[in-house]
Amino acid sequence: MFAFILSRILQALPVMFTVALISFAMFAYVGDPVAIMLGQDYTQAQRDALVAELGLDQPFWVQFATFVVNAAQGEFGLSYRLSRPVAELIAERAPATLELAFTAAGIALLVGVPMGVYTGLYRNSWLSRFFLTFSLVGVSLPTFLIGILLILVFAVWLGWLPSFGRGDTVRIGFWTTGFLTVSGLKALILPAITLGLFQLTLIMRLVRAEMLEVLRTDYIKFARARGLPNRVVHFGHALKNTLVPVITMVGLQLGAIIAFAIVTETVFQWPGMGLLFIQSVGAADIPVMSAYLLLIALVFVTINLIVDLLYYAVDPRLRIGRGKGGH
Amino acid sequence: MRKWLWAAALAVGLGAAGADARTVRWSASGDPNTMDPHSQNLGTVTMVLQQIYDALISRTQDLGLAPGLATRWEQQEPTRWRFWLREGVKFHEGQAFTADDVVFSVTRAQQPTSNYGIFVDTIDRAVQVEPLVVDIITRVPDPILPNKIASLMIMSRSWAEQHNATRPQNTRQREEMHTTRNTNGTGAFRLASREPDVRTVLARNNDWWGWNEPASREANITEIVYRPISSDATRIAALLSGEIDFVLDPPLQDLNRLRQAQNIRVLEGPEVRTIFLAMDVHRDRLLYSDVTDRNPFKDLRVRRALYHAIDIQAIHRTVMRGQSVVTGTFFPPQVNGYSREEDVRLPFDANRARALLAEAGYPNGFGFTLDCPNNRYINDEQICQAIVAMWARIGVRAQLNAMPLGPFFAKIQREDTSMYLLGWGVPTLDALYSFQSLLRTRDGGQGNGIWNYGRYSNPHMDQLIDIMVNQSGQARNNAIREALRIYREDVPHIPLHHQMIPWAMRANFQIPHMANNQPYFRWARMN
Repeated sequence: MFAFILSRILQALPVMFTVALISFAMFAYVGDPVAIMLGQDYTQAQRDALVAELGLDQPFWVQFATFVVNAAQGEFGLSYRLSRPVAELIAERAPATLELAFTAAGIALLVGVPMGVYTGLYRNSWLSRFFLTFSLVGVSLPTFLIGILLILVFAVWLGWLPSFGRGDTVRIGFWTTGFLTVSGLKALILPAITLGLFQLTLIMRLVRAEMLEVLRTDYIKFARARGLPNRVVHFGHALKNTLVPVITMVGLQLGAIIAFAIVTETVFQWPGMGLLFIQSVGAADIPVMSAYLLLIALVFVTINLIVDLLYYAVDPRLRIGRGKGGH
Repeated sequence: MRKWLWAAALAVGLGAAGADARTVRWSASGDPNTMDPHSQNLGTVTMVLQQIYDALISRTQDLGLAPGLATRWEQQEPTRWRFWLREGVKFHEGQAFTADDVVFSVTRAQQPTSNYGIFVDTIDRAVQVEPLVVDIITRVPDPILPNKIASLMIMSRSWAEQHNATRPQNTRQREEMHTTRNTNGTGAFRLASREPDVRTVLARNNDWWGWNEPASREANITEIVYRPISSDATRIAALLSGEIDFVLDPPLQDLNRLRQAQNIRVLEGPEVRTIFLAMDVHRDRLLYSDVTDRNPFKDLRVRRALYHAIDIQAIHRTVMRGQSVVTGTFFPPQVNGYSREEDVRLPFDANRARALLAEAGYPNGFGFTLDCPNNRYINDEQICQAIVAMWARIGVRAQLNAMPLGPFFAKIQREDTSMYLLGWGVPTLDALYSFQSLLRTRDGGQGNGIWNYGRYSNPHMDQLIDIMVNQSGQARNNAIREALRIYREDVPHIPLHHQMIPWAMRANFQIPHMANNQPYFRWARMN
């Protein structure tokens, strides 16, 4: 078990290194932070001084090596745009993104699984057809459009929910939460639906396909032959077996939700890491961008590791295969 | 019991309303990067900080000069200005305001880490004469010093020293400075709370010296809540749904909808910013052109031909939807030195343009690349598209290269361009700033040609600019007038228009529109 984790971590290191290298190479094209920091008026001497101060006059490999050495120690420097430590900025924004991502994933699961089961069991009912049509909308409409539509209907026309921001938050230690205030909860609804809609339709379609598959298997026929009631067959035997791939996928999609919350956060001015990233791109704020990309890579690597471990725990075949060793 | 509690809650609520709390909820696309008054000279920073900090001289509603922390000032010698300071002014944290704070603030703005160097560039030093009298000594006679001093915000020396913030932020520092998120000014509002990129709350400073000035007597704002919203659609949705009272930068495509909406008012006015095209008139061959043996832009006839070919009224009507002031020069009337007689365009005349091109040896036109930002000025990319189409009619094949402002400015600052569109604002409100930055030969001197990326160079123009730097009175005015005439005749740029800036607000909120695109809540009223 320990060797397995260790090998996975060793595999993750080159991945992180590659992400760092590619993102660092890309920063040459996002614009010149010096021009943005100096503003409209400066002399060539001031410009040269700032370039030297930021180390931008060094060759690419020296800059990259400095960055990697510092990053390995968790030191990402000061944001060019906000003059504050990058680690502090990201830690400040992480709670907003994580609360949004988990709420979106929660909505996707709690609504998507029952809808999937229903459409799997009653394939031909009009409600199933409606769900399937609706899921097409969720898959095909771009996130920002869904967000704008929701804002138009629920904030501008009906005036029920706020169109932007996170509402009032409560600070618990280092964590700020919007779960404990009414305005915080209200502000969470529209962005969470926007972010979770795609995952919701994905889960629904996956559960439906798995249900159809499982319902054709012998053990379901056998259960029916034993005269078990429908409820037990559907939820006790069929659903349980469809959930293994669903859980795997939700785990992997959670990384995607966190990483791609950028669009939703921009539309709703949600003060999370994605919005921070977009604003940093606009200002060519290289320290923040590189730290964010590394963090996202880390999230994906970690989630993959956890999923692998779950497989190891859930699927007995994996363990036996390894146990026999020389086979 | 429960009923009684409700009544009590109601009474508290009414009590708050009875104290006449008027909150204005305000939004724009960007958040101030810092709360330091001498660090970043950006509109998004000063729009918040000038509510909190005062300068020695303040601006009137038409951008004229009025007493601020100084009640009067006088140029006692060519290089010495004396300022008499206001009595009894206190900073928000209680320190008394004295001449020493002025000396400190001038020195702080002169530090290399300050972005406000242009406002103190001619200053040698500030000297305390008496506790409330200060002299500013300049290295050369500076006739427009008061214009610059009006942009220099005054800090408390003891507060800055106590918090180890005697210099603006240095990027090499690892620590955040106290002034990045804290303020201590003398202004009409004080900073109540700040969450960067989320919410900045200002509260009325009842002790402010200016509340009894005529312009502020009707003002009644007690609290300002600033929340940036970067997405255009969301910002407008928040205004329409009543979550926001005031939007500083409504997108142009939404203006018609906003004008028709109930309870929404759109306020339009000119901005001190001129949009023009500049080109490489220095290299022997253009970097991006199909003419390989010479630089066509060095030929005055070609520059004039391109100018003649632009139907500026069509751009004004369709691209800008009437929201621009067409111009033949490169700074607007609010700027000192502007001359109506010199603000004349070469007329739109495609035949004349074709004739000039043929005369210059390009009967079939030529091709080059036009660099254009797509998110910096109002409708920047659409303006360039329209111009490319107009040039096509005289046979000039311009290729449009539109890009976001980050890469755009990086590209033109490397002088890696043949022609580019630029919008130029004038923070000092004096012509010298525009002439010196845009048209002076780049010779390494402070401020000389730092935005002259086409490397325009004209010895006569340089002479006139040096007169603007060193002389005052009629000699200076004549030099500006003469330089404007050369600008018209020599066509170093192709001027287009002055930008108009719309502000959108709920109908119950009133604030004077300002050409520097800065809201002054000391003059605002909520009904």
